[in-house]
Amino acid sequence: MQTTPHVLDAIRAHGEATYPEECCGFLLGRVTPDGNHVTAIQQVTNRQATNRERRYTITPDDYQAAARAAQAQGLDVVGFYHSHPDHPAQPSETDLAEATFPGYTYVIVSVQQGAAQNLTAWALAPDRSRFDPEPINLDTTTVSEL
Amino acid sequence: MSTTTPTTTRLQIPTPLRSFTGGNATVAVTGDTAGAAIANLVEQFPDLKQHLYDDEGTLRSFVNVYVNDDDIRYLDGPDTRLGSDDTLSIVPAVAGG
Repeated sequence: MQTTPHVLDAIRAHGEATYPEECCGFLLGRVTPDGNHVTAIQQVTNRQATNRERRYTITPDDYQAAARAAQAQGLDVVGFYHSHPDHPAQPSETDLAEATFPGYTYVIVSVQQGAAQNLTAWALAPDRSRFDPEPINLDTTTVSEL
Repeated sequence: MSTTTPTTTRLQIPTPLRSFTGGNATVAVTGDTAGAAIANLVEQFPDLKQHLYDDEGTLRSFVNVYVNDDDIRYLDGPDTRLGSDDTLSIVPAVAGG
C-alpha cells in the first residue's frame, strides 16, 4: 500500500489508546493500478463482547456507515487495521480464518506494554490460503484523519 | 397471458470486488428478491462466485446482504422483496484476533 507517516502514526496512536485491548478501524483511500492508496483512517469501536485483548469485530452496520462516510468524501474502504497487544505484528490463525475478500489491505500494529512497535501490512492470497506481506510505501501528501 | 418484467435494482460492490465488475462500484441486477438479485450478479460476473460463496455453495459467513440500510437477515432473508428504488449492498463483517 501507499500511505503517509500521518496515517501510520494515527494507527499506532489508536493501538496505544485501546491497550491492552485490540483497536480496529478502516483504511480509506483509493484503489490504484499500483495498489491501495490509503489517505485516511476511520476508527471504529471493537464490537467484540468479550476477550477484546485477543479479538476484534467490526459489524456490517459499522462497515456500511464507514463506506458511506468515505463515499461522501470521494474515498473508498480499501482495508482494515487492528492491533496485537503484546503480540507480534503477524496475522494470527484467527485473522486468516476470519479474513474477508482478497484485495483489502490488512494493517497490524504490535503494541508492546502499551507502546506501538512494528506495523505491517498484509493481503489475503487469492486462494485464501494465507496472508502475503504487502510493502508499505510512504508518500508526503497532506492528509487528514477522519 | 401477461408477462412481468423482473425488478432491476442497483447493487453496490465492495471495493476489492470491483476488479471483477469492470471497475464499477454499482451494478444493475435483475430479480424480484434479494436472493435472485445476488444470483443474477454471479451470472453476470461468474468470477465473483468464489469470493461470495464457499465450496458448499452457501454465502460465506462474513458476507452480508443489505437492502438499503437493513441486513436481509433481519428481513425475509433471500426472499426479501425488492423494489426498483431499493439499493442492494454486499457488506463484509470484519473480525480477527
